[in-house]
Amino acid sequence: MVAVTYHAPTSVDEAVALLASSDLPSKVMAGGTDLIIQMQKLVGDARLIVDLKKIEGMQTVSIDAEALRLGPSLCCAKLTRREDVKALFPGLVEAAYLIGSSQVQGRASVGGNLCNASPAADTIPALIANRAVCHIAGPEGERSVPVEDFVTGVGRNCLTAGEILTQIELPRPSARTSDAYLRFIPRTEMDIAVASAGASITLDDDGICRDARLAIGAVAPTAIIVAAASDLLIGNIITPDILAAVADAASSASQPISDRRGTAEFRRHVVGVLAKRAVSIAAERAREAV
Amino acid sequence: MKTHVQTEINGEAVECLIDPSTTLLNMLRNDLLLTGTKEGCGSGDCGACSVVMDGELVCACLVLGVEASGAKIETIEGVADKDQLHVIQEKFLEHAALQCGICTPGLIVSTKALLAQNPNPTEEEARYFLAGNLCRCTGYDKIIKAVMDAASVLKEAS
Repeated sequence: MVAVTYHAPTSVDEAVALLASSDLPSKVMAGGTDLIIQMQKLVGDARLIVDLKKIEGMQTVSIDAEALRLGPSLCCAKLTRREDVKALFPGLVEAAYLIGSSQVQGRASVGGNLCNASPAADTIPALIANRAVCHIAGPEGERSVPVEDFVTGVGRNCLTAGEILTQIELPRPSARTSDAYLRFIPRTEMDIAVASAGASITLDDDGICRDARLAIGAVAPTAIIVAAASDLLIGNIITPDILAAVADAASSASQPISDRRGTAEFRRHVVGVLAKRAVSIAAERAREAV
Repeated sequence: MKTHVQTEINGEAVECLIDPSTTLLNMLRNDLLLTGTKEGCGSGDCGACSVVMDGELVCACLVLGVEASGAKIETIEGVADKDQLHVIQEKFLEHAALQCGICTPGLIVSTKALLAQNPNPTEEEARYFLAGNLCRCTGYDKIIKAVMDAASVLKEAS
């Protein structure tokens, strides 16, 4: 591994100052499951590692009347054990539960998954479906961006020099709202999504869809919102015909590549199947959600 | 520049000086001579280096040694009570759940973490939880038998 200087600041200001004033190329660390592997491959100049886990609020999760507020560095194992989180956001918990092994979940975090910006990141479609907002702090102060604008490309995010992700906020779901996340992998566990879909659905008392948001992953450089799916669903009872149209909309929105884990044609088809199933599961859950 | 690390391993206060790029795995093995924790892949895929850090099962190869400062680490060396093997260790022997043995410390630490969290796992739950511990010898069947047997013995004892 390349030589490193390690700091674990205890405040956001200290972290921002360290990153902003560093002469060394710097890396921010949460769970480190991606970062430590990346560092092992590096050669040359030393790197500054700023570990954010000691900063207050980075590893907490709270739910109030307005929102779920997630510390970006909270490990997935701790998040997925929270029954209150699972009750409100079963789809987000499903996504977090799919990241790596039990051991990886003991370290990997939703914030890290987001910042690492893999096209196949499991939590990103679930966050987009739930209209998550990213709170950011940096040398110029604080700002917030919708999660769909956070990732800007393969392995790239919108953070500028000295900025860190301080909180992920998910608006509390209204009545009869729920979510779901599904992915396709060739194995049964410990793999990376070949295609994925996250959906959040709101129904009214008559079962008519009042809000819908679908995001698909691993089929484009970043996770993408399928706006056409919302248009198909909102204002309607979710019938098999509508679900078939949602599948077509997801397939059309995808821009997949072919690689050793799947051809573009296969991904385009599978993402449609996952999209309609995720919408269907989210709607079923919404029916039962108070 | 070396960094001073003060940590607790298997209930004992421990300190050492390490380079900040040292992984917890290499700190345990090379600096503290706790060689029970094995290196398989060194990239978080195989689980041979499984340890428990502040109550969470982790791969020691994906943790920096400096992160152990102020933390509590549990390794395979802390599983047996002196000469008295833990039930999980006895069951691995009884069911011949190992051949070459490289995966065994990680599997035993992971099994202990599984049973602490879920004392009564189904076979499916055990297989999913232990999916991050690779074994190239046994074909897993004997391991799962040992895990399920250990679970039932520990459940009766509690």
